[in-house]
Amino acid sequence: MNAAQQIDRDAVSDRTQPLLKVRGLTKLYGPEKGCQDVSFELYPGEVLGIVGESGSGKSTLLSLLSGRCPPDSGVIDYRLADTHKSAGQWLDLYSASEAERRTLLRTEWGFVEQNPRDGLRMAVSAGANIGERLMAQGVRNYQALRAAGLDWLNQVEIDPARIDDLPRTFSGGMQQRLQIARNLVSGPRLVFMDEPTGGLDVSVQARLLDLMRGLVRELDLAVVIVTHDLAVARLLADRLMVMRRSHVVETGLTDQILDDPQHPYSQLLVSSVLQP
Amino acid sequence: MNTLIEVRDLSKTFTLHQQNGVVLNVLRGLNFSVSGGECLVLHGHSGAGKSTLLRTLYGNYLPAGGSIRVQHQGEWLELVGAAPRDVLQVRQQTLGYVSQFLRVIPRVATVDVVMEPALARGWKREDARTRAEDLLARLNIPQRLWQLAPGTFSGGEQQRVNIARGFMVPWPVMLLDEPTASLDDGNRQVVLELINEAKSAGAAVIGIFHDRLAREAVSDRHLDMTPPDLDPQASMASSLKETEQC
Amino acid sequence: MNAATQPRPQPQTPRDEAYNFAYLDEQTKRMIRRGLLKAVAIPGYQVPFGGREMPLPYGWGTGGMQLTAAILGAEDVLKVIDQGADDTTNAVSIRRFFARTAGVATTERTPEATIIQTRHRIPETPLHADQIMVYQVPIPEPLRFIEPSETETRTMHALNDYGVMHVKLYEDIATFGHIATAYAYPVTVDERYVMDPSPIPKFDNPKLDMSSALMLFGAGREKRLYAVPPFTRVTSLDFEDHPFEVQKWEHSCAICGSHDSFLDELILDDQGTQSFVCSDTDYCAQRVSQGRAGQ
Repeated sequence: MNAAQQIDRDAVSDRTQPLLKVRGLTKLYGPEKGCQDVSFELYPGEVLGIVGESGSGKSTLLSLLSGRCPPDSGVIDYRLADTHKSAGQWLDLYSASEAERRTLLRTEWGFVEQNPRDGLRMAVSAGANIGERLMAQGVRNYQALRAAGLDWLNQVEIDPARIDDLPRTFSGGMQQRLQIARNLVSGPRLVFMDEPTGGLDVSVQARLLDLMRGLVRELDLAVVIVTHDLAVARLLADRLMVMRRSHVVETGLTDQILDDPQHPYSQLLVSSVLQP
Repeated sequence: MNTLIEVRDLSKTFTLHQQNGVVLNVLRGLNFSVSGGECLVLHGHSGAGKSTLLRTLYGNYLPAGGSIRVQHQGEWLELVGAAPRDVLQVRQQTLGYVSQFLRVIPRVATVDVVMEPALARGWKREDARTRAEDLLARLNIPQRLWQLAPGTFSGGEQQRVNIARGFMVPWPVMLLDEPTASLDDGNRQVVLELINEAKSAGAAVIGIFHDRLAREAVSDRHLDMTPPDLDPQASMASSLKETEQC
Repeated sequence: MNAATQPRPQPQTPRDEAYNFAYLDEQTKRMIRRGLLKAVAIPGYQVPFGGREMPLPYGWGTGGMQLTAAILGAEDVLKVIDQGADDTTNAVSIRRFFARTAGVATTERTPEATIIQTRHRIPETPLHADQIMVYQVPIPEPLRFIEPSETETRTMHALNDYGVMHVKLYEDIATFGHIATAYAYPVTVDERYVMDPSPIPKFDNPKLDMSSALMLFGAGREKRLYAVPPFTRVTSLDFEDHPFEVQKWEHSCAICGSHDSFLDELILDDQGTQSFVCSDTDYCAQRVSQGRAGQ
């Protein structure tokens, strides 16, 4: 994983500055529907978990953060990569043009959908799915695209011989891993994940989680992951935000929130989990 | 003496919102400091809050008040109220924690579980592997198990894998929660050696040891944690908390 | 099918006064011309227009016919080709339609025409500056095969977000070892908009580049028109290691002997005996009249 290590080294120098600064983010569809007054900073290599029950505003927050839906109020500032034209500059996500946001979403950012069908192009091969971001960035060499496809299939533990197969011939777990590869091929710095293990059965979940853990560390990714599964949160997230009825009710270190929750709702959430 | 960790007026309460908001005062007004090369043993009967103290020092439990300061990369850092990323940095570089229980990561080979703290610090893979294999051998984990995930191991084996992981890298400050509990004599001896090696290397150790032999082998000082007024609620809370972690 | 017929004389028929000139009413033609001006100003950009019902079904060239009707003047000379041939049903019907409703002169000779409406070919004879090509387009959106949402494809065009176009070409190479797309091969116009050049064979793509003639494209069902103005750069998409190539034939035309025109394959008998002839009937006929012949 040479490319990955290179990314890792580059990122070390800018670790002391946040990657994302979020202030007063609000988007309401109704009273306590949506999310309100969310503020946090995310540093390079940091994994932030957003937990809470259905309807608590987790997914709304994720769409706001990932540039998919403008907030009613609040600001999201993103620090652009040094290689970017405006090196080290802060980009106000919703003051930027849609073109800038889109470029960001297919280069420095990634988005892993809960349902791989939403994040993959089901009608084209695995290799084309992986190569798309590179083609969008102007890679016009078929051999290079092919090599990237094979390399990434390998990294997400899919048999490279299946590079020309359509995603619909893959199992759910493989589709999800393919979606991850398709996002990571452009070397993103920030990846959003919406219940990435949600639709998978338990045996497949463990494998995917382990893979994601490894990739997050090796590539030094900053991740915002929405999940209602506290085990997933414990395994992946450095720190958690607990949401309830559009508000963030508690934030802190993952194991502290899970082992010593302070807010009544966090305590309820943690104590409601069935222990196998 | 180079003090590495300093605790002032530390208190810890649990508010059980699910149980009519009962407030349990488990730790009150604790003051101590530990220097490099020194081992502080926590005394007190079951339920006195010994494990709670270790977890609070590690940032796993949120203190109610007071101060926990550690020497982190040449500077004093206040852990009470610190940002999560700072706590994680301290956990990566300064503060080690070994309990009896291995939190199993599915599917990861034993040797990789043990190597992880070294890789997180940026060790070379070969160096980490050499050290991990050395520790596993010393702790009598059969070599045929090294490439297997520890999820299926016996309780004792898992405990020793966890100890190997805990001693994988040198820590300036080590928190040990009954690392020798239920180990046979041979393995207990290995763990005590590891602790003494860490002390000689300059680590400040804070530990809980139930068996007297182990305690005597490593202890320099002790901290009496029996509360002045034996608070029955406090003992209930910490035993409740301890079982919850298994 | 396209035997080396001598061009038949095309008697100028008087206009049928029951119809407005060129069938469509003046307001509609004006509306389409406004759309065409916009299309010429933004090469390769798809302009929506209020498409009208034409007296033939969608898929038979209603888009092209509306454009032709909008630009046709009484002095124009019209040529209509279908798959290169002047004498197929579609070509004959459309030619007859405008001869009757507009009373314009028609021709089968490429150099003589001022407006050439076409389905699936660009003539082999080089075009000149006073000519306008009108293409009949079934699906104007080159991104449609991968992105079903119109809103999304429009945004992709607006933001120059074309990475996905190469996905199709990638799939071709992965499946067939080469870019197998043979017709409707996507192009970039004036280094900006990606355009579907209508179902012409990719053999004709190079003829679009820096052409002296104005190219107009009309899609009747989808009510879109677009244009390539004269002397505009039109490049076919490709990969560095799989560059764009046009079709080649080992054969030459059985009638005129041409080595470098687009050939149609004919099966002559039940034994599968093949013969290859020019798809462009006028080009073929001209070569024969100049004394060239095949085997």
